[in-house]
Amino acid sequence: MTANAIEKDILISAPAETVYRVITEPAQIARWFADAADLDPVPGGQGSLAFEDRATSQRMTVKLTVQAAEPPHRFAFRWDYPDGEQPREGNSLLVEFTLTAEGDSTRLRVTESGFAALNKPHEERVGYYEAHGKGWDAHLASLQDYVAGQS
Amino acid sequence: MSQGSPEAGDRDLPPREDELWEAVADPSRRKVLDLILARGQATPTTLAAELPVTRQAVAKHLAVLARAGLVEARRDGREVRYTVRAERLDEAAQVMARAAQAMAEAAARWDRRLHAIKRLAEQQASTTPAQPPPGQQG
Repeated sequence: MTANAIEKDILISAPAETVYRVITEPAQIARWFADAADLDPVPGGQGSLAFEDRATSQRMTVKLTVQAAEPPHRFAFRWDYPDGEQPREGNSLLVEFTLTAEGDSTRLRVTESGFAALNKPHEERVGYYEAHGKGWDAHLASLQDYVAGQS
Repeated sequence: MSQGSPEAGDRDLPPREDELWEAVADPSRRKVLDLILARGQATPTTLAAELPVTRQAVAKHLAVLARAGLVEARRDGREVRYTVRAERLDEAAQVMARAAQAMAEAAARWDRRLHAIKRLAEQQASTTPAQPPPGQQG
């Protein structure tokens, strides 16, 4: 499933408890993630993120549901699922944070998975994007060549 | 994109997009697809002769590809010949294109978010009186 997920990590010169608060407290989420956030950071907790498109001043709200909250080691949520549906594998993206002490610092790792199952392009629903990273382009080019050669 | 005939009766379960993805995400399976395409058709025996894997491994790859609707099997005497279904490959390419773009964009967004989290956490850690300001890590 790794091809269906992204993984990023960063080393932070702060204790895990501090990092955990930054990634789970709504007031802080509004400073690194969305323009506004509302969230109960407990397992099963519901929340929403509001994004504003600076070009059009349109506001978009994305719901999320907390899947795991184990301070200060792990925090996971599902987001980007259709209105009126419960989040599950196949209709949403799963974001998982893990926090690991490294000396006086904390390694924060994030994975986001579920892209292949989404029916609509992610960027139609969540703003702020820049094309970056071309990992799959080579595969795609060869697949598209196959198709062109076959039709 | 030109569409073939709509859901024909011979396809009882339309494969899901994530099955398509799984089928083409594996480099060995793409190699199998590649070979079948290059030859127009292939049998497990001829494929195994050209790949550094056993005939059993080839058979497994073919089963996954067949389940995703990417290849079609046809019995020819004692052999089973496989051909690629181009229209499904086209769908797979589209699924991959969408997912790849979403993933590249998501990766760039998470990079920015992680850096913002780092700034916030380090500010808060350095203003906590109990702790000396942390030094830069190498």
